[in-house]
Amino acid sequence: MFDAGLTADEWIAVRLSAQVAFVAMAASVPLAVGTAFLLARGRFWGRAALDALVHLPLILPPVVTGYLLLLSFGRNGLLGAFFADYFGLVFAFRWTGAALACAIMGFPLMVRAIRLSIEAVDRKLEHAASTLGAKPAMVFATVTLPLILPGVLAGAVLSFAKAMGEFGATITFVSNIPGETQTLPSAIYAYTQVPGGDAGAMRLTLISIVISVSALLLSEVLARRVARRIAA
Amino acid sequence: MALFVSIDHRLGAFRLRANFACEGRLTALFGPSGSGKTSVVSTIAGLLKPDTARIVIDGEALTDTQSGVCLPAHRRQIGYVFQEARLFPHMNVRQNLTYAQMFGGRGGRAGASFESVVEMLGVGPLLQRQPSLLSGGEKQRVAIGRALLSHPRLLLMDEPLASLDEARKQEILPFIERLRDEALVPIVYVSHSLAEVRRLADFVVVMDHGAVVDSGPPQSALREALFQDTSRDEADVNVLDVLQTEQLADGRRALTTRAGVFHAPQGERLPTRVSVSSCALIITLDDPGRAAVPSILQGVVRSIAREGEGQTCRVIVRAGEADLVARAPEAFVRDTGLREGAHVYLLVTALRMS
Repeated sequence: MFDAGLTADEWIAVRLSAQVAFVAMAASVPLAVGTAFLLARGRFWGRAALDALVHLPLILPPVVTGYLLLLSFGRNGLLGAFFADYFGLVFAFRWTGAALACAIMGFPLMVRAIRLSIEAVDRKLEHAASTLGAKPAMVFATVTLPLILPGVLAGAVLSFAKAMGEFGATITFVSNIPGETQTLPSAIYAYTQVPGGDAGAMRLTLISIVISVSALLLSEVLARRVARRIAA
Repeated sequence: MALFVSIDHRLGAFRLRANFACEGRLTALFGPSGSGKTSVVSTIAGLLKPDTARIVIDGEALTDTQSGVCLPAHRRQIGYVFQEARLFPHMNVRQNLTYAQMFGGRGGRAGASFESVVEMLGVGPLLQRQPSLLSGGEKQRVAIGRALLSHPRLLLMDEPLASLDEARKQEILPFIERLRDEALVPIVYVSHSLAEVRRLADFVVVMDHGAVVDSGPPQSALREALFQDTSRDEADVNVLDVLQTEQLADGRRALTTRAGVFHAPQGERLPTRVSVSSCALIITLDDPGRAAVPSILQGVVRSIAREGEGQTCRVIVRAGEADLVARAPEAFVRDTGLREGAHVYLLVTALRMS
């Protein structure tokens, strides 16, 4: 089997990282679109507070975010107990918890990108659609969403890249368990903590660079294709 | 179609108070920029929520603030052609057209078919193109087609030609005339262009500063407008300085200008200028003798030019020491053999003093 010079544990860390990042990104998109919509278009009391809350993970030390997650989503945490009881979804010390931490850390980046694209949408086009008989939900699905697609893609890729590199909140919340919560950055960190781990750290660092740069290039290609479809 | 509109709405410092009723095939909302025309059609379309209003089409109240009725735009079945076309940039022409069919065409209302609209507007060759690859005139044709395919009971057109050059305007105008003449759908047409309104409208609502100042058939409603500066380029208003004023025994005044003498009724202020629209000048070859008009001038034709539409000619007449612009039907010019150097009389049917 092609192993790129990686050990089995290292492969597991790479695969886990990709899985965590992808799930974090995919689960964030609908929520981020909704939040961005509220912030861009909504006129309601508490909008500034929501804005601040969304941006909190960006300005707090990641370890603080991780600790707050541990308090609220831990086994004894209010939300943790709720999800465990009603959905059978456990976050603490599981890969799902890593995904949750990554999603929350990447959320402000995603919301910002989508919000900018929503604010750039010409509302006159939405008005035109409604005079043609389209209900508000259909206007959103057929006009607004396609027009903000480049922003959603950009936000998704940012969130994915952020998730691939997330370390502080993840390790605080779900620790560093090989095969369950040890993502790429955690594995690199583990290598740096043991004598003779330099070679392993370097291998994983290269992998990390390749994945991040590929994601960025892919997003560029996608965004350009979408932009061409919309503008040309 | 009978449309009744009554709006009272405040937009910052601007107050819109418009009341009118119309039944025509093509009703023009005419007035200078900023007179509130667009706000009126936006209210009819349901895109603008007015403070107080009542909009009734064929007995159905679309907006009635008194009883709390305000149908959302997508349930009004009113087509809207905007000044800037507003085609969906992420769809090609065909998709833009079918979009309207998909939502609007469902109401069970009969209406033009896709094929007939494509044929009428000549957009067949454009169907696969993206909107950004269309010229301004083509975009506007597609926008008209899109609005028609939503099978509206009323079509609003907000300055659909304003952003187009003269050649493109001439490209679109025949389509609008066809819509009107074939009575496909009643139209409310917003414009600040006198030429367009005169050519298209069978009923005119004149607006100024947020209020309806006049309404009626074009001949009567537009009389005042002919003198207004907004349309000066199209109306070719002749402005002459009053050189001398003489009080006549019958109470009238004789105003001497470089073009000749005008008779004006007694007024409070002494006019310093008279304005005569080219449309208020009637050219005759024979001496009309005495006529109940403010003035009859004489002059020599200096030039005759066919206008873009090809139905009227712009005639420059040297009267006295002034060149006056007049208009004459092309048929008149052809039948009488009117040419440069000919001696003509000008009946001045209306004038404005300032």
